[in-house]
Amino acid sequence: MSGVRVRIFQTIRRRTLASLCVAAVLSASAISSRAASANDASTIARGEYLARAGDCIACHTMPGGKLFGGQRPMATPFGTLYSPNISPDRQTGIGKWSAGQFYAMMHTGHSSDGSLLYPAMPFAAYTKVTRADSDAIFAYLKSVPPVRLANRVHDMRFPYNNRSLLLGWRTLYFREGEFQPDTAQSVEWNRGAYLVQGLGHCSMCHTAINALGGSSESKAFEGGLIPMQAWYAPSLTSNREAGLGEWSIEDITSLLRTGVSRRGAVYGPMAEVVYDSLQYLSDDDIRAMAVYLKSLPPHGGEATPPSATASEEKDRLFPLGGKIYDAQCATCHGAKGLGKLPDFPPLANNQSIQMTSSVNPIRMVLNGGYPPGTGRNPRPYGMPPFAQSLSDEEVAAVVTFIRTAWGNHGTAVSARDVSELRSAPLD
Amino acid sequence: MRHGFKWLLFALAIVAARAFAQDPGAEHAPDTMQARVLACAACHGRQGQGTDSDYFPRLAGKPAGYLYNQLVAFRDGQRKYPPMNYLLAYLPDPYLRQIATYFAAERPPFPALAASSAGGDVMATGQTLVTRGDPGRHIPACASCHGSALTGMEPAIPGLLGLHADYISAQLGAWRYGTRTASAPDCMQEVAARLSDGDVTAIAAWLSSRPAPADPVPVPHGTLKMPLACGSEPK
Repeated sequence: MSGVRVRIFQTIRRRTLASLCVAAVLSASAISSRAASANDASTIARGEYLARAGDCIACHTMPGGKLFGGQRPMATPFGTLYSPNISPDRQTGIGKWSAGQFYAMMHTGHSSDGSLLYPAMPFAAYTKVTRADSDAIFAYLKSVPPVRLANRVHDMRFPYNNRSLLLGWRTLYFREGEFQPDTAQSVEWNRGAYLVQGLGHCSMCHTAINALGGSSESKAFEGGLIPMQAWYAPSLTSNREAGLGEWSIEDITSLLRTGVSRRGAVYGPMAEVVYDSLQYLSDDDIRAMAVYLKSLPPHGGEATPPSATASEEKDRLFPLGGKIYDAQCATCHGAKGLGKLPDFPPLANNQSIQMTSSVNPIRMVLNGGYPPGTGRNPRPYGMPPFAQSLSDEEVAAVVTFIRTAWGNHGTAVSARDVSELRSAPLD
Repeated sequence: MRHGFKWLLFALAIVAARAFAQDPGAEHAPDTMQARVLACAACHGRQGQGTDSDYFPRLAGKPAGYLYNQLVAFRDGQRKYPPMNYLLAYLPDPYLRQIATYFAAERPPFPALAASSAGGDVMATGQTLVTRGDPGRHIPACASCHGSALTGMEPAIPGLLGLHADYISAQLGAWRYGTRTASAPDCMQEVAARLSDGDVTAIAAWLSSRPAPADPVPVPHGTLKMPLACGSEPK
């Protein structure tokens, strides 16, 4: 308002009364059209933010490729899917879609032509997204430059190439419906639940996938091996895995926003989630997600006492592992596994290392890894790979050592476990 | 008396601060690039000097623009080597630029490379191709772009010395088969496509037999008039 007034005074100084009348009319119409476009601009900006929260870019943009041009291959146990073009190109993208068709796709898993989507598109999570949020995302997608790039045909094996089979999958695993707030919980908790269960589609990885490619609601957030990627997505409910019950809100928000924390760093597929999505979310939204995640009731993942053979294996490998640790690892992670926080993560009392599944610690030793470079941690420190310098037996020894030293409650791993993960895909 | 009490408080505060600083949990990672790129050191050496392995190249002293282009190409998949693609996947451009600048400025000694078992004829072919090319087959001399001392040119043409023969031949092969690509026009792809298997072996054998250069610094931008256009070079 005061800006308008200043502009009018400047106009008075510069112009005659006659031209002032014309200017007043013009500026009135300019203000009203500016208000309308400001409204659109804010919807588009909100849509961009929500598209970040939904991490659309991760699947619908090739690394180094045109934004939302699709074509990214996604290996599944049933064949390879190629993500579609969701840019506003009228021929090859979603340029001819309406906001209603877009919402129906998000909400019901039907494409604009009525065909059923493969559940690689997380519509089982996106169904919880509100109509207003879906419309904002659609407005944003319509605002980006169109990319003329025809969709690649999926390469699914028989019988999975028959989409009518998806009807069975949907009956078993899909519950349509927007998020319903829990009135017994705080506004913040509900916002976190909405983001985690909906756009965040965290359950896609953090709930075990069964042989039919489905995940059961009763197992929600209990963790599982991510098919084809050979990374283990830890349980978000078990305090023995990535259950956050014992974490402070500050450590959770730090992990999600920056990629590192005083309890550990993100790596593998979760590094991508932080890089493409979570680092862009507001402090309030990240905190809401942390509050919700911390509140998930702990269950499952109780410690099972190691078998006699596992104990023997541990006793055999532990001394060699200790030697390798002192020579290769202690400089950064500390003689007692305390790390140098937050850049060199602690290994003592680090859930990620002690989980029943030893996939992640073995892969970290073999392949190393950088946490994502984020706005708040733009120059992360990297873990060196050891695949080229340590044998299967040596990797097994050092992983056994870190899983069982300093009061850690993990079990021994074998050279065979290591050997199997040497060929794990790295992309 | 009040004065003494203040001093006591002050002394206690110092003791407390020291005790806190000595808490091992409070130790921080060194705020240096060297500590940040330890993940690279496992294969390329702490100063990027390269290691005994044939396929892990020397990085030190190569022009920063060249190293940056390679880091981006590995991150985005134009160069394919899964362990590198994986490590760089989520690192932003400005950080890759800093990593490139760090290794470009390092000056560790050149390694003593294993003597080549290639015969005199092969070496002679290699020397000819590197220093004079083969105009009849439209193959420019390596030296015409990489410099007569083969130390490269700023900002994006690498030096060719201090590299294992197997690494050089693997890269020339990768250009020929399209698993290594660069921005269009992809000059190295054009050149490599004109080379035979024998040419590649000869070039790799002769280059890896060269002694360390007296001055390893790449020549300044614009020093050499290049025989063909390269998309990696600034316009």
